[in-house]
Parts: sequence; C-alpha cells; structure tokens
Amino acid sequence: MARQSGSLRTYVLTRLVLVIPMVWILLTMVFVLMRVAPGDPVTASLGGRLSPADLAARREALGLDRPLLVQYVDYLRDVLTFNFGRTITDNRPIREIIVDNGGATLELSIAALIVAVGIGLPFGLIAGRYRDRVVDVVLRLFGIITYAAPVFFVGLLLQLVVSQRLGLLPSSGQASAIVQATVPTKTHILALDALISGDSYALWDVIKHLILPAVTLGLLVCGVFIRLVRVNVAQTLQGDYIEAARARGIGERKVVVQHAFRNALVPVITVMGLQAALLLGGAVLTENTFNWPGLGSQLIAYLNGRDYAAVQGIITVFALAVVVISLLIDFVNALVDPRVRY
Amino acid sequence: MTRRPTRPTRPTRPSRPNQPGRPTGALLDVRDLRVWYGTARGPVRAVDGVSLELRPGEVLGLVGESGCGKSTLGRALLGLLPGGAAVDGEIRFKDRDLVAMPRKELHALRGPELGLIFQEPMTRLNPLMKISQHFAETLKTHHPALSKSEIRERTVEVLRHVGIPPSRVDNFPHEFSGGMRQRIMIALALVLRPAFVVADEPTTALDVLVEAQILRLLANLRSEFDTSMLLITHNLGIVAETCDRVAVMYAGKIVELGDARDVFAEPKHPYTRELLRSTISLSTTGLHYIPGAPPDLADPPAACRFHPRCPEAMRVCADVNPIEMRLGGDRRVLCWLHGPHDRVPAGGTERLEREAISVADEA
Ligand SMILES: Nc1ncnc2c1ncn2[C@@H]1O[C@H](COP(=O)(O)OP(=O)(O)OP(=O)(O)O)[C@@H](O)[C@H]1O
Ligand code: SF4
Ligand SMILES: [Mg+2]
Repeated sequence: MARQSGSLRTYVLTRLVLVIPMVWILLTMVFVLMRVAPGDPVTASLGGRLSPADLAARREALGLDRPLLVQYVDYLRDVLTFNFGRTITDNRPIREIIVDNGGATLELSIAALIVAVGIGLPFGLIAGRYRDRVVDVVLRLFGIITYAAPVFFVGLLLQLVVSQRLGLLPSSGQASAIVQATVPTKTHILALDALISGDSYALWDVIKHLILPAVTLGLLVCGVFIRLVRVNVAQTLQGDYIEAARARGIGERKVVVQHAFRNALVPVITVMGLQAALLLGGAVLTENTFNWPGLGSQLIAYLNGRDYAAVQGIITVFALAVVVISLLIDFVNALVDPRVRY
Repeated sequence: MTRRPTRPTRPTRPSRPNQPGRPTGALLDVRDLRVWYGTARGPVRAVDGVSLELRPGEVLGLVGESGCGKSTLGRALLGLLPGGAAVDGEIRFKDRDLVAMPRKELHALRGPELGLIFQEPMTRLNPLMKISQHFAETLKTHHPALSKSEIRERTVEVLRHVGIPPSRVDNFPHEFSGGMRQRIMIALALVLRPAFVVADEPTTALDVLVEAQILRLLANLRSEFDTSMLLITHNLGIVAETCDRVAVMYAGKIVELGDARDVFAEPKHPYTRELLRSTISLSTTGLHYIPGAPPDLADPPAACRFHPRCPEAMRVCADVNPIEMRLGGDRRVLCWLHGPHDRVPAGGTERLEREAISVADEA
C-alpha cells in the first residue's frame, strides 16, 4: 500500500515538473504563430482610422517596435503575471475578457460535458453489453444522428419547441438581466456565483438558461462517448480475463460490472478530456445560437477585427487550458489504472 | 525416448470390441462426447465421439497435433465452449451429467469443483485488480460467509503453495513475470480445491526453465490438493514426466489411451508412433515429421482419419471405421492393425495404394 501511494506521488510530481517545458513550448508556438502573419497588426486593425503618428504611438505602447527577443521575453513575463494588456480595437482589458467570457465558456462546457457523459456512458454501456441486439442498433443510431445533426438545427429546434411552443425555458442568454446585475461576482462562473449567493431564484434562473445550450452541445458530443464506450465494452467482454473470471464461476453480473465496465471506461477518460478541450474552444456555434457570452465567439469577433493582442491573449488561455486538462487526464488515469504509474 | 518403430505383431491375446466400461470410482466419465462448431463451410466436428474416464487425483495427458480438438475437448468438459458450438454425449462428474445440467448449476460448479488453467497467463488477470482482489472475488462468490481475514488467510496459504510470497498479494498483475502469473493462475484455479482441473498447454507461453518449474509445481500440487487433471500439451516430454495416463488425439478422436509409460515404451497406434518419432531427442539425427497435415475437420477423410498419412494404411482403413480395441491393461487403440480381425473384409489387409498419400500431401 505504502509503495503504491509512494509511486503515485512520484508520478504526480514528475508530471507536474514536465508541465513547465510543455507550457514553455506552447507559449513559444503561440508567440511565433502570432508574428509570422505578414503586415503590422496595428495597421491591420486600425489603419485608416488613426493618423500615422497615433498608429506609431499604439505600436510603441504594445511594444511592437522593440526587437523580437525582447517582445518574446515580455510576452512570457506577461503570461506568467496574467497580464495581457488591452485589446487594440476597443481598448478593453484582455484579462477581463478572459475572466468574464471564459467563465461563461467554462460553465457551458462543464454542463455540456455532464450531459454528454450522462447520456453517453449508460447508452454506451448498454449498447456494448447487448451488442447487435435491437437496443444496440437503436442507441447507435441515436448516437450517429445526434453527432451528425448540425448544432444550429438542434439548437433552433429546441428553442422553437421548448421555449417558443411550450414556453418552458428561456431561449438565449446566460441569465435574465436582473440576475446578471444582482448576483455578486466571485468566481466569474455565473452558476457558481449564484450558488454562492444563496439566492435560489437566481440559481434557478441561471440553470434554466443553461439547460438548452448544454443539451444542444452535450447531444453533439455524446455520440462520441456512445461509440467509444460501446466498442470498449464489447471488446473487453471478449477479453481473456473475462473468460478466466467466468471459468472461476464469477457471476455474470459481477463479470460485466466489475470486470468489463470498469476496464472499458479507462480509455474513455482520455477521450473525455480531449472532448472537454474541444468544447472550450469549439462551442462557437452553440454560443451564437443561444447568444451565450463565451470565449469562442469573442475569439471569432476579434479575429475578424484582426485584433492581434486580443487573439494572442485568448489563444494563450486556450493553450493553458489544454495543458491543465491533459494534466488532469493523466492524474485520473494514474488513479484508476495502476499500470500508468510505473 | 524415441524408439525405432517396429511393426507391431498382431495381438495374440484374444481382444474383443469393447464398450467403454464404467470403472468404479471414476470421478469423471465421458461417453461418446461430440462437439461441432457451426461455420460457413458446415459443421466442424472438433470432438467426434470421445470416451474417457478420470480417477480421483489422476493426471491424464492429452496430446496431438495442433487443431485436432484438444482445447475443444478440455473446454467442453467444463461447459466453456464459445457460442456456436453444439455438444452431444454424456459427461458424468460425481454422478451428475454436466451436458444435461442447467447452465446456472454448471456455472456454480466452476471454481469449487471444476477449474481451468489457461495457456497465456499474461492476459488472464484483470489489470485493474490486485492479486488479492482476484482471490477475494473468487472465494466470496462461492463462500459468501467467509470473513475478510479468512479470505486473506486462504489466499496467502494457496499462494505460498505456488511460491508467491505473502508480501506480494496486494500487487497488481503487471508487477509479475509470466511464470509468476501462471503460478497465480494455478493458485486461483486451486484455491477452492476443485476435484477436476483442465490445464490447457499451461507452459507453452513460458520459457523452458520456467516451464520445468511450473510442471514440477503441478505435479506436487496434484498430490497436495488431490485434484484430477487433464493436462493438454504438445510436449510429450511433459507427459512422460507428469502424467499417469495419456490419451492421443487425432482429428477429434482418441486414437490411443493408456498408461503413460506403457504408451511411450510401446506405442500401439501408428499415429502415436509417428508423434513420438517426431519429437526432438538427443539420439535423433535430423527431425522426423509426419508427412501431410492434420485433416480439415469440416471435411475429414472417410473411415480411419489417419489413413492418408499412415505409413501402415491398409485397404480396410479407407473403407470402414476402425473399432476401438481394449488391449491388455488399460490400453485402448482405435486402429485396424489391432483388430477386430474378423470384421476386416476379404482383401482388406492389403496395403493401401500409395496414391492416397500423395493426394493428402497436396492438400
Ligand atoms: N470457435 C471456433 N469456431 C469454429 N471452429 C473452431 C473454433 N475453435 C476451434 N475451431 C476448430 O476446431 C478444431 C479444433 O480446435 P482446437 O482449438 O480444439 O484444437 P487444439 O487441438 O487445441 O489445437 P492447438 O494445439 O493448436 O491448441 C480446429 O480445426 C479449429 O479450427
Ligand atoms: S486404421 Fe489403418 S490407417 Fe488408421 S492408423 Fe490404423 S493402420 Fe493406419
Ligand atoms: Mg488448443
């Protein structure tokens, strides 16, 4: 026992140390990618609207007139101190965008992941256990349809039926204006803030707003889980140790739950993390459909405005989020699968 | 080990066609067992009318070329055939018929009465479970009343028997070598002290030194646990060392069965003789092999299935099914060379034309 936890601790520490070069490489890549674009970013976004003298002043303020190496060191320092400066186009503090819109994105991503896993896991387990039976075919079909259906279609359908027709849930926004204004901001994740405030009306309002976008996004992702879990369960059930367990007279229920399901879920953890990373950046369509103030739609907007400072800041955050998620995946994997630790 | 094959003289003592007898005190009595696999090419008759019996504490070796149905027979005895296999015949175990028994009842016998040791130990343990958890699960399933400390005690004890120290019970499977994992699998099969165990090539996946250790272990355990064993193997040396009796299988049938030492010293069936000749030994120069390949069990040769490859094939062999003969002692042989001579049609003892062999060669 001691030996086991000891090696788990070593594993976690090693992984943590390895994060440093990983982050450094990622940041360098972001920096390089942002500089290889031809032209001068300030002129690109503001040219024609400001005088040449003003443009030069803006360039200087952004440090763009300094040597690349200095800019690079500055960039690394800014990231480490979580100081991203201001956007070029509308002069907003970038940190504010990241914190506010990032909080909204996080809220939606987590809720969507819960929906996706909540549907995908049980459906996948059942489909894999009863492979090629009717229930399997039906569940697979469900997975394919939800995966293939365009987001705006599902989103609009839900808005039309659930909001318009039935009037059950609000069709857009993160909360009603009064709630947005009254809930004190602590974590920048509205649902969490509402929970902390203890205001049950606000919490219910936030949840009501969250349901439709989360279901839309969750349905899109759950198909991946259904397929993956199904294949893993079906394959694990054919496995040698499953046969060996049956040969020892272990009951079928125990064989399926204890041996097949548990083992089949190990690779799912990794995919779950990857999907989470995708959700963070890839929820733009859902954000637009539901008028959700997420980071993805902000990124698109600033990309269109060629606002290099904002884009660099947001992309940096995405890169860091991917690092954190992959770290989490590794830790959970190590907890679940003893083979990983050695 | 290899003896020059001598053309056997026809048995002088009167032999008669024999019904498989039911020896008193048999633990396992298999009668006319048949197993088919349904395939696209039609039924594959992997076990085709096998009868044999095992006494308590006895080790019976089962040898034969690849694909002759050894694993199928071993699994059929435990009711562990894959879906798509059909079974017919009778498997009497402690006076109950395992073939006719409801699945649930048979399943409950696996562990406390019937065990299986597999060929590949590397993949047979759940990688997410500690060794102790495997044992706890098995013990708990069959003895729900056992306390935690009793389970622990029995686990440690049986592992000690196979040479795994108590300090390693809480390790995970990947922390053990192949040989150690096979020891664990053996302990896992024996922890409930089953009366009958099938060991299907338990050492094939291991290197030679480990193989010797495992075999010695199996031989010792047999006496300590009083378990009967069907030991399936390609390795005739293993049989000579560890088995009381040996059954030689060819194309789904037992062609010779008898005391292991007797069979090796004086093989009666031409196939047994060829098999013995083809094992490597220090005295042999060059490797002997049996010409041709084992038959396709979806479409086996008529009459004696060995006749296309048999160096002593006679005309009758290609026309009429051989009849099992009980020779002296415990020996049974399925070959026309041993009679019954009054059933051979006129001219049947003439040598079979060479042509038949070359056809098999081409196949
Ligand atoms: N699941 C299956 N479906 C169809 N045919 C099968 C199946 N399993 C085995 N067979 C066929 O049955 C025959 C006997 O196979 P079996 O595995 O019992 O042979 P074996 O003597 O154990 O061979 P080996 O020494 O290679 O392990 C072979 O011809 C094989 O192709
Ligand atoms: S019956 Fe004939 S062909 Fe078959 S083994 Fe005996 S001699 Fe050979
Ligand atoms: Mg086999």
